[in-house]
Amino acid sequence: MDILTLFVVIPVLTITAILFIKDIKHVRVVTAIGMGIQLIMAAVLVFMYLAARKAGASEEMLFVRDYLWFKNPNIHYAIGVDGISVAMIALTSLVVFAGIFASWEVEFLTREFFVSLILLASGVFGFFISIDLFTMFLFYELAVIPMYLLIGIWGSGPKEYSAMKLTLMLMGGSALILAGLLGIYFNSAPDGGQFTFNILEISKVTIPMSAQRLFFPLTFVGFGVLGALFPFHTWSPDGHASAPTAVSMLHAGVLMKLGGYGAFRVAIFLMPEAAVELSWIFIILTSISVVYGAFGAIVQKDLKYINAYSSVSHCGLVLFAILMMNQTALNGAVIQMISHGLMTALFFALIGMLYGRTHTRMINEMGGLMKVIPFLSVCYVIAGLASLGLPGLSGFVAEMTIFVGAFQHTDVFHRVVTIVAVSSIVITAVYILRVVAILLLGPTTDEHHEHLTDAKWFEKVSVVTLIGSVAGIGLAPYWLSTMIGASLSPLVEKIVSVNPF
Amino acid sequence: MVNFGYTIWILILPFLMFLLLGLAGHKLKPKLSGLLGTIGLGIITALSYVTAYKYFFTSEKVDEAFQKLTAFNSVWLQLTENLHIDIGILLDPISVMMLIVVTTVSFMVHIYSIGYMHGEKGFERFFAFLSLFTFSMLGLVVATNIFQMYIFWELVGVSSYLLIGFYYTKPSAVRASKKAFIVTRFADMGFLIGILILSFNTKTFDFITLTSLSGPAITQTGGAAFMGLSVLTWSMIFVYMGGVGKSAMFPFHIWLPDAMEGPTPVSALIHAATMVVAGVYLVARMFPIYSIAAPDALEVVAYVGAFSSLLAAVIACTQTDIKRVLAYSTMSQIGYMMLALGVSGYGGHDGLGYMASMFHLFTHAMFKALLFLGAGAIIHAVHSNYMTEMGGLRKYLPITHATFLIACLTIAGVPPLSGFFSKDEILTAALHHNKLLFAVEYAVAGLTAFYMFRLYFSIFWGKERHYHHTPHEAPLTMTVPLMILAVGSVFSGFIPFSKLVTSDSRPFESHIEMAVAIPSVLIGLVGIFVAYIMYSKETAIPDKLATTFKYSYKWAYNKFYIDEVYLFVTKNIIFRYISTPIAWFDRHIVDGTMNLIALVTQLVSFRIRGFQSGQLQKYGYVFVTGAIALAIIFVYLWK
Repeated sequence: MDILTLFVVIPVLTITAILFIKDIKHVRVVTAIGMGIQLIMAAVLVFMYLAARKAGASEEMLFVRDYLWFKNPNIHYAIGVDGISVAMIALTSLVVFAGIFASWEVEFLTREFFVSLILLASGVFGFFISIDLFTMFLFYELAVIPMYLLIGIWGSGPKEYSAMKLTLMLMGGSALILAGLLGIYFNSAPDGGQFTFNILEISKVTIPMSAQRLFFPLTFVGFGVLGALFPFHTWSPDGHASAPTAVSMLHAGVLMKLGGYGAFRVAIFLMPEAAVELSWIFIILTSISVVYGAFGAIVQKDLKYINAYSSVSHCGLVLFAILMMNQTALNGAVIQMISHGLMTALFFALIGMLYGRTHTRMINEMGGLMKVIPFLSVCYVIAGLASLGLPGLSGFVAEMTIFVGAFQHTDVFHRVVTIVAVSSIVITAVYILRVVAILLLGPTTDEHHEHLTDAKWFEKVSVVTLIGSVAGIGLAPYWLSTMIGASLSPLVEKIVSVNPF
Repeated sequence: MVNFGYTIWILILPFLMFLLLGLAGHKLKPKLSGLLGTIGLGIITALSYVTAYKYFFTSEKVDEAFQKLTAFNSVWLQLTENLHIDIGILLDPISVMMLIVVTTVSFMVHIYSIGYMHGEKGFERFFAFLSLFTFSMLGLVVATNIFQMYIFWELVGVSSYLLIGFYYTKPSAVRASKKAFIVTRFADMGFLIGILILSFNTKTFDFITLTSLSGPAITQTGGAAFMGLSVLTWSMIFVYMGGVGKSAMFPFHIWLPDAMEGPTPVSALIHAATMVVAGVYLVARMFPIYSIAAPDALEVVAYVGAFSSLLAAVIACTQTDIKRVLAYSTMSQIGYMMLALGVSGYGGHDGLGYMASMFHLFTHAMFKALLFLGAGAIIHAVHSNYMTEMGGLRKYLPITHATFLIACLTIAGVPPLSGFFSKDEILTAALHHNKLLFAVEYAVAGLTAFYMFRLYFSIFWGKERHYHHTPHEAPLTMTVPLMILAVGSVFSGFIPFSKLVTSDSRPFESHIEMAVAIPSVLIGLVGIFVAYIMYSKETAIPDKLATTFKYSYKWAYNKFYIDEVYLFVTKNIIFRYISTPIAWFDRHIVDGTMNLIALVTQLVSFRIRGFQSGQLQKYGYVFVTGAIALAIIFVYLWK
């Protein structure tokens, strides 16, 4: 069996194992083992990929497999990876692994919880390895649906409302995507011949401009809903606030990246002509996202709301960079996806741990926690510093790559929006430091909080995994950036052939 | 060719020390972690001195000029084909000089802190942060490219944030650290934009290429103009904005006085001797571009520097917190350095201002660190920051008194102490360039002498106050650094800077110009004399003056209300009129629309649901009426 399929098979096996375990206590151990294997496999995949590239493999996608699944329409189970999807797979396995440990103490319906969580994860893995649009869509739906259950059952606060809102909005996005994908399919052979869902094959043909003008916005907005594109982002604050810790981690950390990845891989890669023509509309929307999310975060009081708005801002930057459509900015977009995935997962993990201790997420009800729970507090500060783009942590690498990339455009419009986006580094600093100051520093405000216990071992595993990755990328970004960069060339060449600006 | 490969350890060691103390510090005994940090820094200091010796005295010169040597360089991140961020080590006269400054002061501060921070909670954390700061600052000064500088620029910012907020349970310290970070961050945004514009136009980050006389920045100055200034000038002004923030120049100076909330050794290291001069260093680093290709931007540097130095000097005369007086004094002195760069030309004797600026940076690091550490010893002894609660301390603190006096004389420019030489060069350079700026700086020299001796007399002379316990001299770990720095303050004026650190790296002849030196010494003595009359004994003069010039005194005392302006902008405008409405808009309009759609769908579905009632009569009724209606249509209306 090829290594890529294993990424879908292992979660399925893990689910099967969970279903047959008698002792409920062992469920989490089995899950951790399964996802641990997944993490190791991701590392192996990275090395295999790099080794194959080094050995001179120059195809766009490596480890390609293609099985006919359905004759008409022409659906294949086609898989393959390039540097970008390898990086996204590594991200996913890290976040899932950390997420398992962050939900170590789920009491209610433990078995079902982990089954849904892993089902979600397998959908995400499947999405990243697919190169057939239909398979990709299938996995996409597979990832979105367990979310409804996870929030609706294990959530807190107005969980039914939030779960419903989130699912419906994402389903709305799915509808647009599906329309877009079918549109692409039926235009995938403009010169006659067999229609195809295969991304690589479609990228070789030019979809007629009239079709592109219709289907580019559909797919971009469809994926954009998941990527928190203004004004379709409002599922995010409510959804995150109600979701249990691990779900917030996975959702903000990985699922939102499906949006960015899809927008890039489907909308831009397959329809570059329309992308060049229409990008200005979306650039305006994403620049709004970036600044608007950051300003929105300043006045929030609920930690999860702050992080949700901050995600709007950071994910806005991902889409912003994708629309800049040059090598550097796209590279930055992918790094930003990974960086944001890791640090927002870290944030949500920490917020969950704080909530588990103080039973509140309101910053004004907490204060001076640094003295009481130094480990978690220091980790929170590190997450904050990563978020505000401190060099040495991953956020800086991503943001700088994006800004430098975006600045390569010479026209005034792109310059202005870039400077608008740059201003977010200041606003981010404001809300991060505000939270750190209120939440962690100063004297302890609530006497009930004076005897909290610091992180337990499984919490440490979760947090340290994520911080290690954030710092790893931040300190030595070269290999990651090169791995992604090399895979961007086909796309960039295609865009340059359309619009040599 | 001398081999400088080992210099990489100057960066690696403090970073390792930071990791060691940061991760394992709480497991070590506090004393051990302090000792480890200090020893580590001792090694780095030794390496820096060796480097300085080898660089200035044994390295090859071409055409009498010191060469810029890249001791180490490695690509850290490839951005575009041409643009890549490197991490490396660049040795040239100013970076080697800065190595000496940073390691010397940092080493002194480490030793001093063992005594000063003794018994404090978080002792090992303090040393970990000091190591982080030293690492960042060294990385900044040896940067081979502007982006590396930006990286370490941010890192010194965060070290400063962590150290200002060291006493994190104290709300004022927390506020101060936040303010320092955000204000400098805002300035850094300008720096970043400057880098983006500059690098886009020159296709490089590399300092050697950028500042080379035949490099793209200097030769391709044409570029499109915007509001009368070339693109290059704009980029240099933006870059300078970063320097304004870090060096606490007007209008971004407001964070520096508040930063005094940090432990005093930190104020000495970061907020007096090293980090705050990063802005000066930045301009000096890019000096050929400023001087040759963007003289308008250099003009900005000069005026901002001069105005800041005047503003700070005036405010310093009214403050009573000794650390704040010193903070304003720092701002004022950095203004001097900026001005000196601003009035300098490039090459030979024209570059006098450049040399003077670096010279003053060096001597200032010595005497200002000395002043702060002395202030720390005083605060340690009387447990107060306010000079109104001090007086007559010279009996109790003999060593501190002697070294503090030396530092005050130095900053007042009394010959032959080092401050005299460096300040004199600056005034000379100013006189030859711009009479107005010269006049401003001349006045500031007098003010400086006045407020420093106001401080000195009120602390060590004047009426003895009632102390909780008899003040006693600080332990040896604190007094030894004072003495060493005092020696530095006295003798560093004799270092032949014009032979070593010059704008074009070639030596030139400089000499004391009596026409400037004599009046500047005189005004310094006048300042000291006035302070002597007013403060050596308790008199009514200061109060009388304060009441006579009530309004101007009040304005200066309240720092010209600049803080209030900022508070208004952040609290009211950003928080109340931007963020709050955005949050409201998001919840009610954007989200409201989504909910409205959901609501409408629901309402419509309620209506439609009626059709599927399951009641046979209703279906029958609809069927029959429908059939009749169709029949009517088909039979009568359809032609």
